[in-house]
Amino acid sequence: MAELTEELSQVAPEKPQTKKAETHNSKAGTPTVIVDDLHIVYKVYGAASDAEKGNAANALMRILRRQGRPQMKEVHAVKGVSFVAYHGDAIGIIGRNGSGKSTLLRAIAGLLPPHKGAVYTNGQPSLLGVNAALMKELTGERNIILGCYAMGMTPSEVRAKYDEIVDFSGIGDFVQFPMSTYSSGMGARLRFAISSAKTHDVLLIDEALATGDREFKRKSQERIKQMREAAGTVFLVAHNLDVIEETCNRVIWLHKGKIRMEGDPQEVLEAYNKA
Amino acid sequence: MSQPESALAEAQGGGRAPESLAALAARYGLRRAIARPSMPAYLRQLWDRRHFILTYATSRNVSKYSESMLGQLWQVLTPLLNAAVYWLMFGVILGQSKKIENYPAFLITGVMVFTFTQRTVISGAKSISSNLSLIRALHFPRAALPLAYTIQELQQLGYSMAVLLLLVLVTGEPVSALWLLIPVTLLMQLVFNIGTGLFMARLGAFMRDMNQLLPFITRTWLYASGVFYAINDRTRDLPDFLRWALEFNPAAAYIEFMRDLLIYQRFPERWAWVTCLFWAVFALIVGFWYFWRAEERYGRG
Repeated sequence: MAELTEELSQVAPEKPQTKKAETHNSKAGTPTVIVDDLHIVYKVYGAASDAEKGNAANALMRILRRQGRPQMKEVHAVKGVSFVAYHGDAIGIIGRNGSGKSTLLRAIAGLLPPHKGAVYTNGQPSLLGVNAALMKELTGERNIILGCYAMGMTPSEVRAKYDEIVDFSGIGDFVQFPMSTYSSGMGARLRFAISSAKTHDVLLIDEALATGDREFKRKSQERIKQMREAAGTVFLVAHNLDVIEETCNRVIWLHKGKIRMEGDPQEVLEAYNKA
Repeated sequence: MSQPESALAEAQGGGRAPESLAALAARYGLRRAIARPSMPAYLRQLWDRRHFILTYATSRNVSKYSESMLGQLWQVLTPLLNAAVYWLMFGVILGQSKKIENYPAFLITGVMVFTFTQRTVISGAKSISSNLSLIRALHFPRAALPLAYTIQELQQLGYSMAVLLLLVLVTGEPVSALWLLIPVTLLMQLVFNIGTGLFMARLGAFMRDMNQLLPFITRTWLYASGVFYAINDRTRDLPDFLRWALEFNPAAAYIEFMRDLLIYQRFPERWAWVTCLFWAVFALIVGFWYFWRAEERYGRG
């Protein structure tokens, strides 16, 4: 232990930024998420260019020449991101499409393995979103139960939350019908109601969720606020900069997989808007 | 002690200090977000997710036939039609039925038992690769997916077994006390299927071509498993090792076991018990271990 702190104090001058953030936030508490030189590499299939488009003869030649599959491209989505998040932080992540925001979020949630570097967390960060577990052929009722179990709830928790989820989604009697019969707004409301039914230590929110009519938007922003208060740390990805400015105390600007700027929301947003 | 020093030098040389972050993490007891849990912890997590596994399996079964007009009736119709097709081909056209007593029962038993394993292998291979979005959105022990797929097949087997027993009775075989052993052999086969499903799930997750290859593998397996013919009749002239390999084939073993109970009305030989038990235990241990070894890598592909 002594060795560790000693090592840290030697290294500290090298990283004034981290040190400053640590002392600044000392009353707010301890680090909850540490992202250390994180690299994420995706393999994408079926991304062949026109010139090397697959036919059987080409595929055979490639095997003979011992080349890799051209359809398989590697995408380096996050390139060496490091930061420390503290208890009570609400961190906004902004950046253009394809800048690696969602990928970073998934890596923090422990859902994408790092290519290099590491993510250290306190407890299990959870991504707000169960969409992938739901099945549109099934009734809303079955989907609520399925979604709750997918998030790791117990049967008694599911029973306790069921009515609340139905009420919050406001879909009423439609809960008896298959989700494929829902309007897109109703589907989005039910999905948000299910995924926000669980409390989390570290909460990761990917925008897309706050959809629906104005009334529901207000309700869901309220819910996100509550969840932020209950959670230790919140990460929020959004294109809507107003939401970020309202809810976050720190902003990370990602550009092409790297941190372009990090710090106070107003400063970063101002720079982002100029760029 | 030399380790931190050299790491420090490296960090200073690089102009940044990743080690300080790792040390900070260690100081506050933060853990890596992705780390493969130990085997006992993994089993415990899997047990905690039992409700998800069951609900997911049932939901998939319900949604599978929801688009068709006959709906859940297909759960019964599919095995019936399968048996009818094979009976037409091998019983009527190819004339196997003259050599084997009560050929319809013989054939249907083989088809039903083999289908259970075949479908688990095929769906197991897809269980990870077709659920990537789920894997990338939620945190749960990944073995829950192949397990759910196997449970789904087990639920389908319930219907197939009802059809099978009915047909066996219709073809004139009596109900006997040996039927009490049916759950035992199904349990052994289920355990074998779980292990095989887990094994195939990892193969299918990292070898994209597996899904193209599998139909040929399972068909070869089908022809080698004595579904349409009696293995010991055909293997009499073969060299010893080949005969041994054919009879040690797990699918053939489970099929023969079931035929002993339903058609021949005899208590299965010790050799059959040993083979069935061995494959169940072997597949479960190997499959589970093999799947668990790559736990943290699913979802990258």
